Amino acid sequence: MEFLVASSIGLLTTCGTYLLLRGRTFPVVVGLALLSYAVNVFLFAMGRLTINMPPILREGVTEYTDPLPQALVLTAIVISFGMTALIVVLSIRAFLEIGNDHVDGRPVGAPSEAGDKN
Amino acid sequence: MSLTLIVLLPFIGAVLPAIMIRAGRNACATATGSVTLLALILLMAKAPAVIAGEVFQVSYTWLPELGLNVTFFLDALGLLFATLILGIGLLIIIYARFYLSKDDPMGRFYVFLLLFQGAMVGIVLSDNILLLLIFWELTSLSSFLLIGYWKHLPEGRQGARMALAVTGAGGLAMIAGMLILGDIVGSYDLTVILQNADLIQASPMYVPALILILLGCFTKSAQFPFHFWLPHAMAAPTPVSAYLHSATMVKAGIFLMARMWPVLSGTPEWFYIVATAGLVTMVLGAWIAIFKHDLKGLLAFSTVSHLGLVTMLLGFGTPMAAVAGVFHIINHATFKAALFMTAGIVDHETGTRDIRRFGGLLNLMPIAGTIGIITAASMAGVIPFNGFISKEMMLEEAWHTMWFDQNWVVPLLATVGALFSVAYSFRFIFHVWLGKPRDETLPHHPHDPPFGMWAPPALLTVLVVLIGLFPSAIAGPLVAATAGAVTGGELPEYHLSLWHGLTPALGMSAIALIGGALLLMRHGGLMSATANLSRPDAKAMFDCAIAKSVAVSRLVSDNLHNGSLQRYLAITIIGAIGIGLSGFYAQPDFQSGSRELLEVSPPAAIGWLLLVATCIASVFMHHNRLLTLLLVGVVGLIVSLGFIYLSAPDLALTQISVEVVTVILMLLALNILPKETPKESLAGRKMRDGIVSIAAGLGVGGAIWAIMTRDLPNSISSYHLANSKIEGGGTNVVNVILVDFRGFDTFGEIIVLGIAALSIFALIETVTQGEAAKRLANWVVSNRRSADRHPMMMVVATRVMLPLSLMVGVYIFLRGHNEPGGGFIAGLVVSVALIMQYMASGFGWAQNRMKVRYHGMIGLGVIAAAITGASAWVAGLPFLTSGFVHVHLPLIGEFELASAMGFDLGVFLTVVGAVMLALAKLSQVERMAEHAEINRDPMDYDPSVSAATPEKEA
Repeated sequence: MEFLVASSIGLLTTCGTYLLLRGRTFPVVVGLALLSYAVNVFLFAMGRLTINMPPILREGVTEYTDPLPQALVLTAIVISFGMTALIVVLSIRAFLEIGNDHVDGRPVGAPSEAGDKN
Repeated sequence: MSLTLIVLLPFIGAVLPAIMIRAGRNACATATGSVTLLALILLMAKAPAVIAGEVFQVSYTWLPELGLNVTFFLDALGLLFATLILGIGLLIIIYARFYLSKDDPMGRFYVFLLLFQGAMVGIVLSDNILLLLIFWELTSLSSFLLIGYWKHLPEGRQGARMALAVTGAGGLAMIAGMLILGDIVGSYDLTVILQNADLIQASPMYVPALILILLGCFTKSAQFPFHFWLPHAMAAPTPVSAYLHSATMVKAGIFLMARMWPVLSGTPEWFYIVATAGLVTMVLGAWIAIFKHDLKGLLAFSTVSHLGLVTMLLGFGTPMAAVAGVFHIINHATFKAALFMTAGIVDHETGTRDIRRFGGLLNLMPIAGTIGIITAASMAGVIPFNGFISKEMMLEEAWHTMWFDQNWVVPLLATVGALFSVAYSFRFIFHVWLGKPRDETLPHHPHDPPFGMWAPPALLTVLVVLIGLFPSAIAGPLVAATAGAVTGGELPEYHLSLWHGLTPALGMSAIALIGGALLLMRHGGLMSATANLSRPDAKAMFDCAIAKSVAVSRLVSDNLHNGSLQRYLAITIIGAIGIGLSGFYAQPDFQSGSRELLEVSPPAAIGWLLLVATCIASVFMHHNRLLTLLLVGVVGLIVSLGFIYLSAPDLALTQISVEVVTVILMLLALNILPKETPKESLAGRKMRDGIVSIAAGLGVGGAIWAIMTRDLPNSISSYHLANSKIEGGGTNVVNVILVDFRGFDTFGEIIVLGIAALSIFALIETVTQGEAAKRLANWVVSNRRSADRHPMMMVVATRVMLPLSLMVGVYIFLRGHNEPGGGFIAGLVVSVALIMQYMASGFGWAQNRMKVRYHGMIGLGVIAAAITGASAWVAGLPFLTSGFVHVHLPLIGEFELASAMGFDLGVFLTVVGAVMLALAKLSQVERMAEHAEINRDPMDYDPSVSAATPEKEA
């Protein structure tokens, strides 16, 4: 199970990073979303993995999973929504202002990396 | 206490001139002068005790972690400089009142002057070297403002900039030197550092520290090769030149060398750097001064030369040289400030400062002339003025000094320097005041200035004469006490007097006087002989150096900061990978831990396969944006399921509700943004990004694998588990942590969420202006959309669902303290329920029925959380300490009521407000783009209405 989680985090990081490095706003937003999953699950996994031991106190139960990373990740999830919303709106506003969704720093109207095929 | 007041008075008083200028120029000058006078009186009250050997000290803790404390101490050296700063400051304030014209903003001038004064007093009284550095930089800044006071003059602005660049750069070097010094000693207190001379001089860091500190001193005190800024700073009004560039600021470097003398001097490095720089500066400055036609330029280079003289004396490193240096500091301050003020009077009365146009001014302005002649004679070192005595002492010391085992170098050059000094001083006397008028067409007809303008220099002239005639009676105690403070030990036997008998110094002095006079007679010939010599122009070199460094930094920043997000992110990510790799290579035995692993169950394996497939697909199909979005939604779902499986019900609930909101948000965004990402990355770029991404993934995955396969040694979680019920009154430990144990974090986070939502609001509110508004107005609406955008089935279904989902939200909120749930999740669930209404029935229809303003909700939430937290103060407990009571109600039974509930309510309100505000604003853009009217009816096609009144459909 640990391997599945570790490889998922690695894969989410890889995909998120690759999309972050694209030259348009939308893939960057999606990449950031994937990277947020990776980071949140990473933080969560810092408390080690357990099954059927939720941190809800019960009579007679003595073993619980680590509640602290969960509390940290819970707010992190909500904050990453706020962040995603903000950059989505930023990219819309930028698109409306300059008429394209480039984030690769080329001046408006300049040929793209692959020439003028598009 | 009054010590602190002496430093603070000028700073506090700096507001006075700004206010008092409204009451007139006299009121303004009086207020400013009173501030300085008060500080001077406080200082003088302590003077007798200090001269008797007492040291006053005062200390306040500021940032003890950094070793930075507000500590002041007043010994004789500090007293001498503080007296110069405040005393001459007072004279300058009076003088400036009459010097500045009606058009000059006088209030501003005095504000700057007082700021500068406070900073200078701070330097000389600081006992903490970090505090001293702060004041040091403050003098650079305030002198920048003063030099550039006439900001309409380009020379003023350029001179101010050059002074700031040179002294500021030196100040930076000095910060490093001081930090090294503090590191060697282990304390930043000056009094402690001064006790540790042996420790410092034995340290291998002594030479670097020495060089760095001297860089600061040399730039500030205009020592060769940093002397060039001082003449350019002469573009300042003359009161500024007289104050900063004769008596105070340029002496700050000298002061620091004197202050540090006990710990830094006495080594060959000190001698060869400081004495040589001083000697060169003295001769060079004096030589250049002879040829300056500008009255202030001549005085500026003479100041450079005299500062060199004092520096050289300090550099000799002997106690007797220190006595001579201290005495010359006093003498130079008196005659040079008076000379600058005289030059200002001449400029003021004649309208020019060109020496070639003067001559015989003594007849026209006898008072100013007398002042000018006496002080210039003192500068030349003519008997019986004070300049003579200290110059004799200097020559005497030079006579005994060996330089690289040569006994003639220093005496010869010192004599030459003195000779040049006589030449330019005599030039000031003979070419300005005596002789025949050379130019009858001066801009103004000169006459003596008003009393207020000549009184300050006259007072200084009286001092020049009195110190010259009765040196030990007037200056003796102060010189002895100050020199004792500089050397920190016993002083040799010496005697301040005009006549020492036939000494070598007297001979050197005579040679200088006669030689200087002869040189001046040949001045015309000398001028033409040297006119064609090419000499380096410091300003051109400085400008060139500035231009080059601007070009270099522009090259660096243009390449790093080229506007490409890809480049920034690539640099950041590759940097992070590099740091990870370096850590890995430092300890290259990456091993899995031995913790017992969990079994893989079939559902987990299926979920993992699904995740891998969707992740990879989202990368390869990312050009189709809608598809990518759906794939990301699937990833989010699997993550939520993973949370449930791995004992994190709260996280699963949060993740799944956030997922819904995020997908809706991105769909709204896609409506505006292009639906496809063009394929434009070249293969090489894809390869590079692929390698970087895989490296990042391997690093992160490897790290978490290494963590998860090891046991968690110690954590504070056991405390949380043990005390959740007892202290926090809840059994859902995650929720108790959020609202109680770490409530302050949560409080910060809801504020961040609120700010993000308000930023979104701000970004969208202004979309109705400029380019964005034009684009929206000309938006071409896609025809690929549903004809029935608000289908009846959905409208009806969501309305039935609304009470149910609100009830679920309330239930999740209420039980949150003990079971999975709480403010965050309840807020998201309620938001989803509300969003469904907007989606089904249309924005306008829903908005009309939504009476709550979302901004208010965010604010209310933050306030509710804050009030709950602050209510703990009433009980005398720290912020956010939670309390709870057990309540028994009929029917419901016994339950707990925790104050954390109020906090959670704040979280709930903020989350709902933030989510709704973000989405509502986004959909506003959509409506503008679609040119859609606000729908008053919930359904585009209402079968019940259209059957009865078919015409409405049209």
